[in-house]
Amino acid sequence: MSHERTDVLVVGSGFGGAITAYHLAAGGAKVVILERGPWLTTTDFEHNFKLGSSYTRAFDFVVGDGMSILGGNCVGGGSVVYFAAMPRAPRFVFERRGSIGRRMWPAAISRDSLDPWYDRVAESISITQQGWEDVSYAGGLWAAACDHAGRTANPVPAAIDTGSCTNCNWMMAGCRFDAKQSLLVNYLPAALAHGAQIRPLHEVQSIARADDGYYRVDYSHVDEEDYRVVTGGGTIEAKIVVLAAGAGATPVILQRSAGTLGDMPHAVGRYFSGNGERLNTAVFNEDRVREVLGLSRDDGLAYAANQIGKGPTVANWDRLDGSLPEYTRFSLEQLYFPPGLGTILAQVADEEGLTWFGPRKKEMLKDWQSWLIIFQMTEDDNEGVFGPPPARGNADRISQQMLGLGRLRYQPTENTWRGWNLADAEVKDILERDGLATVTPWTNDLIGAYTVHPLASCRIGDDPATSALDDRHELRGHPGIFVTDGSAVPAGLTVNPAMTIAALAERAVPGIVEAARARGIDVKYGAPAPDGGTGGRRGVADLLPTLTRS
Amino acid sequence: MRSPAPDEYQIRTTTLEAFADTILPGEKRSPDDRAVAGVSPGGGAVAAGAVELLEWDATGVSEGLDDFARLLNEHARAYAAEKGLSPEGPAFVTLSFAERTDLVRRLTAPGHPEKAMWISLALFCYMAYDSGAHLDTAEALAAGHPGLTAMGITRPDADGLWRFRKFSYGRALAVPHPNTTPSGSPA
Ligand SMILES: Cc1cc2nc3c(=O)[nH]c(=O)nc-3n(C[C@H](O)[C@H](O)[C@H](O)COP(=O)(O)OP(=O)(O)OC[C@H]3O[C@@H](n4cnc5c(N)ncnc54)[C@H](O)[C@@H]3O)c2cc1C
Repeated sequence: MSHERTDVLVVGSGFGGAITAYHLAAGGAKVVILERGPWLTTTDFEHNFKLGSSYTRAFDFVVGDGMSILGGNCVGGGSVVYFAAMPRAPRFVFERRGSIGRRMWPAAISRDSLDPWYDRVAESISITQQGWEDVSYAGGLWAAACDHAGRTANPVPAAIDTGSCTNCNWMMAGCRFDAKQSLLVNYLPAALAHGAQIRPLHEVQSIARADDGYYRVDYSHVDEEDYRVVTGGGTIEAKIVVLAAGAGATPVILQRSAGTLGDMPHAVGRYFSGNGERLNTAVFNEDRVREVLGLSRDDGLAYAANQIGKGPTVANWDRLDGSLPEYTRFSLEQLYFPPGLGTILAQVADEEGLTWFGPRKKEMLKDWQSWLIIFQMTEDDNEGVFGPPPARGNADRISQQMLGLGRLRYQPTENTWRGWNLADAEVKDILERDGLATVTPWTNDLIGAYTVHPLASCRIGDDPATSALDDRHELRGHPGIFVTDGSAVPAGLTVNPAMTIAALAERAVPGIVEAARARGIDVKYGAPAPDGGTGGRRGVADLLPTLTRS
Repeated sequence: MRSPAPDEYQIRTTTLEAFADTILPGEKRSPDDRAVAGVSPGGGAVAAGAVELLEWDATGVSEGLDDFARLLNEHARAYAAEKGLSPEGPAFVTLSFAERTDLVRRLTAPGHPEKAMWISLALFCYMAYDSGAHLDTAEALAAGHPGLTAMGITRPDADGLWRFRKFSYGRALAVPHPNTTPSGSPA
């Protein structure tokens, strides 16, 4: 039986997929991208909470045992629904040892050696260094409270065109105003221009070996409205497979493929990190905001602006101090989370302690405009482990879109709790000062911990026992299969991860090109940025020899 | 008027309403409203349309609603027996608000074997109230949806899109971290 063949098959169209697909296509390879979600464009992005609108079409929410993952489910992946904060990871992160007693990152990677790759991303995705005039009321409030408590606060670099942004805070439903610099406006159109094909609603299930050194990739067609329904499927063979389905999905595809591909490295589906994520909700006393912080809006209100803005605009980085012990370092970022998940997990004090439902909680919701959500990114312990894969995809889908049950098990260790407790205390100290606000953490009792930053479930490293990929992102024991998404990041980053995922994907390309050439594919490394810029390419030229085996 | 011998469907609906009202309570719709306990002024999850949302097959829970209600009443009977109460009619509804709350707390606590199910039910009760997930958001706001309105969510522009022309205090409000790099990142 003959199947469709291509040079390179890319699974998933988020950061890890779009970046590698662009470079390989621009270098001359025939590239096909399979994406399980729909292909939405600007006018599809709605301001609507109704199930079935872009808010649920583009989104994936997988509940696990002790950890739930939120992610993108559309062409462009997480970049379409994300908040576009794009900081680089602090230097100490690359030296972390975690639970394995040795440096978790490959020796080849440090902040210094990654900086040229970060630069390549910064040349390709337009990132704005926001000024105070770009900072939303919520970000300003967080900054003022930090300042009042003797802390620093930084406007966060963001992939947002602040000129066209309307501060609607509908980022999670996709940007209707083309202000967010998602992959739909840079790497993906450039990949298409070089002949790459994107096939939406194609969910990859497994990989097997085929003849002539090809890999066979099996996929299902997903119904465009009811993702619980599949309508047939198919097979493509490729010489190179790039897995970039995200850290909640890539290891599941590999686990399911173990029967056909042979044994997987031990670290496939292990060492998952939620990036140490945790949220606190502060409910502000509007009078105190005016009296203590001296803030007032043009219309006379002090704050009451939870609804207004563009996700995170200000972060506190005082605890990103490499001289502090591991598990005590974290960043605190102001964030917006829409109703739905952003409300049920918030807690309020009643007679019995903290609760997430009931009359007091309803009272708390009345003050919703005076809420400020603070996002903690701490150092967790890579304690997540995926159980045996579900029948298809990475979850048993419950709702027609968005909600599913996955197999990730995550029991936070004492180290992880140490970071969370310290971060909770720090937020309380800053925000409860002088009666400014009442702060409570989101509960972990309902859906466990939760993350929008899944990482490390198929990670790079130098030690084969604790890493699934070598430092060139090739799957150990399975040459020609590469993983370039968040699952390759070795551990929590204490800041938002997309910039680092993207830089690692950029860095992985020369090695993938070399592997492709060794398989007879006529492809070269060296494409400029998607808009033609060449500064980044010059910046990495000296590093290329270290990334190819020869 | 409530029929004197409520049929299965009514029992199911009243039971689900009582559950939704325990999550985000509201005021009674009529003096003889048994499902809504009436412990909170203004509409709660029930008035926001929790049952409508639960009955929508897009949620993936609609087909299980009969079983959820039956199971909830079984738990309520066991709870009543434990407390020495003797319920008349669908058991969950006959519990007081405090008892309903106590039971829901148990069913959704870590370790309860059916926890995931009760939480998914609670999640949709929330979504009916805090996002009106069964309704077009702009239309729901225009119609005075109780949850969206209570939360103070503003109306969109005429084209159904939100834009905030004023969004910033517009001035420096803190000192940035001394180790910030030229790219605006932590060092
Ligand atoms: C609400 C939200 C806000 C966020 N905000 C920020 C932020 O401000 N800054 C930041 O740095 N990060 C943010 N993130 C995280 C960021 O989006 C992710 O870290 C990033 O997108 C991960 O990139 P990735 O390449 O690993 O995978 P993704 O971008 O998740 O891409 C994976 C793609 O693979 C597809 N896929 C999955 N399974 C299959 C399959 N079997 N077959 C085919 N395709 C499949 C998915 O549909 C998806 O499109 C946010 C995330 C969310 C959810």
